[in-house]
Amino acid sequence: MIRFDHVFKRYPNGREALLDLSLEVASGEMVFLTGHSGAGKSTLLKLIALVERPTRGQLIVNGQNVNTISRGKLPAHRRSVGMVFQDHKLLADRTVFDNVALPLIVSGVGEREIGKRVRAALDQVGLLQLEKNLPLELSTGEQQRVGIARAVVSKPPILIADEPTGNLDPELSLEVMRIFRRFSDVGVTVLIASHDLALIDRLASNSLVRRVRLETGKIIRE
Amino acid sequence: MKVFFTRHLQTLVGTLGRLSQQRVQTLMTVLVIGIALALPATLQVLVMNARTASGDVNRAVDLSIYLKPGTTVAQAEQLASRLRQRRDVAQVQLVKADDALKQFREQSGFSAALAALADNPLPHAVVVRPAKDFTSAAQMDSLSTEIKQLPDVDIVQLDTAWVERFNAILDAVRRGVWVVGVLLAIGVTIIVGNTIRADIQSRRAEIEITKLVGGSDAFVRRPFLYSGFWYGIGGSLLALLITLAIVALLAVPVRRLAALYGSDFRLVGLDWKNSLVLLGVGIGLGWLGSLFAASYHLRNVEPT
Repeated sequence: MIRFDHVFKRYPNGREALLDLSLEVASGEMVFLTGHSGAGKSTLLKLIALVERPTRGQLIVNGQNVNTISRGKLPAHRRSVGMVFQDHKLLADRTVFDNVALPLIVSGVGEREIGKRVRAALDQVGLLQLEKNLPLELSTGEQQRVGIARAVVSKPPILIADEPTGNLDPELSLEVMRIFRRFSDVGVTVLIASHDLALIDRLASNSLVRRVRLETGKIIRE
Repeated sequence: MKVFFTRHLQTLVGTLGRLSQQRVQTLMTVLVIGIALALPATLQVLVMNARTASGDVNRAVDLSIYLKPGTTVAQAEQLASRLRQRRDVAQVQLVKADDALKQFREQSGFSAALAALADNPLPHAVVVRPAKDFTSAAQMDSLSTEIKQLPDVDIVQLDTAWVERFNAILDAVRRGVWVVGVLLAIGVTIIVGNTIRADIQSRRAEIEITKLVGGSDAFVRRPFLYSGFWYGIGGSLLALLITLAIVALLAVPVRRLAALYGSDFRLVGLDWKNSLVLLGVGIGLGWLGSLFAASYHLRNVEPT
């Protein structure tokens, strides 16, 4: 599903974020990226979503070499990658429903279909009753779940999350991780960057998860 | 397809809603556009009216033909009837020397002095009014030249010089209106562009998120284009109102001035055709300004 082949990423300011990184993630796999901040976890996820482009090397996402994706094809690519952020990135002036509907609106889905799919996504994260609220009226955990609903509403084959539990207490974190696990169980490829090793251990206690540890732009342990 | 139109309609209404939320800023932009468009529109109205007015004057210009001394009444009558047959002449009035003297005696107050004259010093005269479609300066000129070559004609008096001068001034002003119009059009485009730029800056986060979830450049740009559309409509409607108000303010003094010259000339505002043109220009400039600004500035708003 995702294949990094000797990928380098150097930022314009000279920082080497990824150094000769190779990684293969199969369809439906759930992978945790761990490591200190600055190890390259976020960069790795940004390359998948094409927020950044590799400096060198090949990256295949969903069967397509990202180097060949032009600016015009970028939106279509991003629609196949659901993204969850530590700071949720919700639109404060729109309701929960409208926030979750955004990926469907930009891809031209019809009104009735949007209603159905948004409610299905909200139901999956347990927020069906809050669809008319504004994000700021929600708790941090609820906001994060809205972010997850938005990421999965268009049923992308890939779901990436950058520190999705960074601002949550352990119980909420586990709950959020279980939501990700359910998507993985139905075939979605899930990549989660997290430095919360204890949380991953708790999740790993009743199921297998793959862990990839990054340090200074390289994979040091799998 | 239906979804496409629904989305456009939603964006159209949605942007109007957003603009009405930022009332002060929207009002300022619309006000500036309105004033900028009202200036050339008003000038255009005034020039149009001045042309109508000078056309009236032109039509009122008659040719005065003085016949050579010693021309008999019969010869004068013959000339007059010859002139009447011309296609470009509407009306011919023969003023016989005796009648002219009598009239002069009655009106001038020099009757005693005139009585002392042995014979009538006045020649016969013919007043010719050109036909309606032959009142341009060139046509008047050729008419007067032709008349001058007729036998018995001494002097042809044609006072169109000031009309010509006036028309020349009007032409210069009209060109000036164009120059002012083009400059202000550029100004309006820049104003709209600048407003859209500020709008893009303040909605950076929203744009980035929309791009992250797969919004295309066209999708992200759309609300800004509609904002430009609304600015254009608002500005040109305001310009129409301003023009209307100026015409209304000037109507009474202009009518009084015209009355002093014995004319029933009235100031006319923009007709519906020109109003539509103004509206179209306003919308076009709003759209253009937002298109430039949005296409340029949105390229730099990318998620990081």
